[in-house]
Amino acid sequence: MTDPRELYQQVILEHNKKPRNFGKLDPCTHHAEGHNPLCGDQLELSLIVENGLVADIKFQGSGCAIDVASASLMTGIVKGKSVAEAEAMVAQFRGMVRGELDPATQAPLLGRLTLFSGVKDLPSRVKCAILPWATLHAALKGEEEASTE
Amino acid sequence: MSATLQPLDITAIRRDFPLLSRVLNGKPVIYLDSAVSGQMPLCAIERMAKYERDEHTNVHRGVSTLSQEATDFYEAAREKVRRFLGAASVREIVWTRGTTEAINLVAQTFGRTVVKAGDELLVSAMEHHANIVPWQMLAQEKGATLKVIPITDDGELILESLDELITERTKLLAVTHVSNVLGTVNPVKEIIARAHARGVPVLVDGAQAVPHLKVDVQDLDADFYVFSGHKLSGPTGIGALYGKLAHLEAMPPWHGGGNMIRSVTWEKTTYMAAPGKFEAGTPPIAAAIGLGAALDYLGNLGLDRIAAQEHDLLVYATERLERIPGLRILGKARDKASVISFVVEGIHPHDMGSLLDGEGVVIRAGHHCAQPLMARYNVPATTRASFAYFNTREDIDVLVSAVEKAIELFK
Repeated sequence: MTDPRELYQQVILEHNKKPRNFGKLDPCTHHAEGHNPLCGDQLELSLIVENGLVADIKFQGSGCAIDVASASLMTGIVKGKSVAEAEAMVAQFRGMVRGELDPATQAPLLGRLTLFSGVKDLPSRVKCAILPWATLHAALKGEEEASTE
Repeated sequence: MSATLQPLDITAIRRDFPLLSRVLNGKPVIYLDSAVSGQMPLCAIERMAKYERDEHTNVHRGVSTLSQEATDFYEAAREKVRRFLGAASVREIVWTRGTTEAINLVAQTFGRTVVKAGDELLVSAMEHHANIVPWQMLAQEKGATLKVIPITDDGELILESLDELITERTKLLAVTHVSNVLGTVNPVKEIIARAHARGVPVLVDGAQAVPHLKVDVQDLDADFYVFSGHKLSGPTGIGALYGKLAHLEAMPPWHGGGNMIRSVTWEKTTYMAAPGKFEAGTPPIAAAIGLGAALDYLGNLGLDRIAAQEHDLLVYATERLERIPGLRILGKARDKASVISFVVEGIHPHDMGSLLDGEGVVIRAGHHCAQPLMARYNVPATTRASFAYFNTREDIDVLVSAVEKAIELFK
């Protein structure tokens, strides 16, 4: 991919415009804040984990379209999944946008989120796509902060 | 004078910059990022290569012909900087790695000497982090306070606030000559006069000014004036600090090491006079000589002709960008350099940056190392286009249509 327009597909643009699961869960069982010092993106995740399942999850913050769409789609896909599955998705997503995993064969849990695979060709934007996932990983591990640095 | 000003031959000038004929992502490069780093003309690149190929050694070392030759070239470049800034003496020009190092040098020598607990330092709301953080660190170390000159929404300093902000505890005022985000050209001569009237010395960050306007440090009466070579069509890793000789002589040395000493015994070391005492270790010799060549190049083009070309681009780009619905330009000072920051409703500057990049348009998207200023305007970042003398109106047309395309995509 040499044209960044290929990454800005309708799904990403639409989730950027109307992010799902936007807001804050209060009370929640897990919580973390993520920031990308390079570009100033920030994101706050709150989760309710019950019986090893992500029962609910919301995010808020501000960032670029890649970041916001990634957070919106992530919250949608992990909701109802087990913590172990969510962590496996984190690993697959990270590997995919870094170009280490083939989206067609090595990211089976991600479903349509493989549309982010094009980010690997925009190295400066990889951190934007990863930020929500890094924050999810931090929240599930009980850490309050995640950074893409 | 401007009536008889011959315009620059841009077509010929562009041939001096090989990068401008590169193709990136299938698109010809439109370089609108000179505020990040200016492109180097071939003559400066070749001068550096010649030094490395035929003349490479060290300076101020020994009696070899080669070393003497390198020293002469290196010191001749210092003289070119002196002339460029209008300094009285070449002894007032200290080589540094760039603006950042120059400011840190002043903070840690001059600053550490004069600032005591309870004192105040004054900066402006439109400073680059390089002209904030060294003062913050100094203030923290000394128990001093950092105060900020506010700006208007248009991006001009509120000079009336100076009367109140400057107190008998103010030990230094540090202000940028030209804002790297807003493009504002600050009335530094007036600021310096006001500060001096209250006995306060002034450091001017000239990083964004020297590429665009003629600077005369004696006319400004600046105590310190700093800039980076790479914003001035020179290489990275070289810059300069101008300091009034009386200040430089009174300041303690900074880094210790070779080159900056007069004699060393186990009991005591004595130091070189300024500027030598601030120049420990082997300097970036090729870079200094390359900067000298770049200054010659700019001198031949003529700073007034450069300014005229850039002003034309600024006016044209402002007019065209302002017509785009949803686009807002940050910084509408009456006196501006050719730097335009903008935000577009509903499109994050990083998305805009990636999409423009895909069109071959090189701009900067981000906080521009000016986070307090971003907070002042309540934006996370901006997209910034900056124009140099080799840019054309056609370059701006490409920028405008790429911005319109991005807006269309995000609709």
